[in-house]
Amino acid sequence: MTEFLQQLINGLAFGSILALIALGYTMVYGILRFINFAHGDVFMLGAFAGFYLAPRIAAVLPLPSIGGGLVVLVAAMAICAVLGVVIERFAYRPLRKQPRLTVLITAIGVSLFLEYTGQFAFGAAPKKFPQILPVYPIARVGGLSLDSNQIIVFVVTIILLLALRFVVLRTKIGAAMRAVSYNPEAAALMGVNTDVVISFTFALGSALAAAAGILWAINYPAIDPLMGILPGLKAFVAAVLGGIGNLPGAALGGVIIGITETFVSGYISSTYRDAIAFAVLILILLVKPSGLLGKKEVEKV
Amino acid sequence: MSFRYAKTALTGAVVLSLLISLFANRLNSYWLIIGYNIGINLILAVSLNLINGYTGQFSLGHAGFMAVGAYTAATITNRFGDLNFVAANGIFFVALLAGGLAAAMAGLLVGLPTLRLKGDYLAIVTLGFGEIIRVILQNMNAVGGARGLSVMHGWTNFFWVFGLAAVTVYVVTALVNSTYGRGFIAVRDDEVAAEAMGINTTKYKVTAFVVGAFFAGIAGGLYGHAIQFLTPSGFGFMLSITYVVMVILGGMGNTAGVIIAAVLLTLLPEGLRLLADVQHLPGIAAERPLHWIGDTRMIIYSLLLIGLMLTRPQGLFRFQRQSR
Repeated sequence: MTEFLQQLINGLAFGSILALIALGYTMVYGILRFINFAHGDVFMLGAFAGFYLAPRIAAVLPLPSIGGGLVVLVAAMAICAVLGVVIERFAYRPLRKQPRLTVLITAIGVSLFLEYTGQFAFGAAPKKFPQILPVYPIARVGGLSLDSNQIIVFVVTIILLLALRFVVLRTKIGAAMRAVSYNPEAAALMGVNTDVVISFTFALGSALAAAAGILWAINYPAIDPLMGILPGLKAFVAAVLGGIGNLPGAALGGVIIGITETFVSGYISSTYRDAIAFAVLILILLVKPSGLLGKKEVEKV
Repeated sequence: MSFRYAKTALTGAVVLSLLISLFANRLNSYWLIIGYNIGINLILAVSLNLINGYTGQFSLGHAGFMAVGAYTAATITNRFGDLNFVAANGIFFVALLAGGLAAAMAGLLVGLPTLRLKGDYLAIVTLGFGEIIRVILQNMNAVGGARGLSVMHGWTNFFWVFGLAAVTVYVVTALVNSTYGRGFIAVRDDEVAAEAMGINTTKYKVTAFVVGAFFAGIAGGLYGHAIQFLTPSGFGFMLSITYVVMVILGGMGNTAGVIIAAVLLTLLPEGLRLLADVQHLPGIAAERPLHWIGDTRMIIYSLLLIGLMLTRPQGLFRFQRQSR
């Protein structure tokens, strides 16, 4: 029982991080209908932004501390938001009218660029992420261990999800995002500045990816320039699983993938863990291709 | 590619590769391996072009099929010791065919359930299948698992590589230029309309997957017997992306362009490596003035990719619009 609970907690923590990344994929897909392959690398850059910011922030604020940790988190999110806007402006916007496949290949190019530039600038060897938050053991009953870092993951994820929900449903720019995702041409005719909305979407998605990067680095402190590839793919799978373009679906998909993967590697075999996400994806797409919460799209002639 | 001279070209290419293979042992092994890589990449890119270019299905799992072929062929030839020339080449041919057939089976397995998916979904599912193949190989102790598999015989030579490359080009060209093969292009251009005209789109998509996978498997066998060592991690999705890039740069559904792109993209990293090793440049005192290329050549590669997509999204080598 304790082992089951332990696996559940680990799975939820991993799933929450995937959910944050998946939201970025699903938002961009909802509006532009393409897979932003570089999203996983923005997640990586979020972790590296934290890595390089932490010593500088430590000069001003005490680290590890809750306040200092939050500053690192917010600063990394801001940096990646800007980066997301820059990537969209220079790589994707010129291709707005091109077939989606072209944009997909460009996204792969951007992804490779970020990875190799990362290897060049940061070095290919894994780096140890500094401790930015104090760690308190919360519970240690029998074999069960729960510490404050896992709680932080849950708390930060829930706050960010609620904030995102507020932005998308209650603000003017959120209404514009929904309008553009529903019908870009009609939204433009109604006076929505689609370029601004798309930039804003990239900023939002990249900030969430950066937050996921920091949360990841807190729990698994070895970071390297290629760390974004697999979490990125799994988060994309999570977005498809929940129904791509659907925000609650992405969060749900992330948690499902996270828990499934942790349980399979805990109870069956850890060597198969990287295949789990894809096996789940293929099963889901065979049964319900639009995803768990997605709407079925009918192709019209 | 015009089909009129195809049979002559096929015979010519096979004879030429046979002739070159007679002199191949005079070449140094570095250039020999690059030559093999050119031919192997050519097979992979041209066969992927059947799926991605002519049939319009976006597959990101070609490296997975290649891995199936490589491991199957290597497992077969590893059962044999040293053989005489005729027996070795006979066994090698059978092993390559078996690798191709195993990969074709994998293609069938991927193709059948994923037919209902389109575009990005298909891309991500084929990517997933490729990753699943990699993870399964990593867990198969019979083929060495994550430690890798040594291939005992280096039976790959110029004749097999370029002869089979010529056969691949011939089969793919013959297929899409036949009456039957117009169906591939119909599926690409408008699936709904093709279906309405009575074309069995399902059958065409599966055929494309199976034929494409078959040649990828053969290329895998050739690769295994050239490099003589296989690791599952070598067949990750990065490798699939390399072949997709060749197809896109060549111009989707343009075999001649894809061949040129495969050759150029195989030579590009080697060329950059040579540039990085240049000892002196006129007018510059520093030794190895271009050594920075060595560290940044993959960055240059990715920037070239982005730049090409931004400036020539229709592919590097497509100069006329295809008639519709």
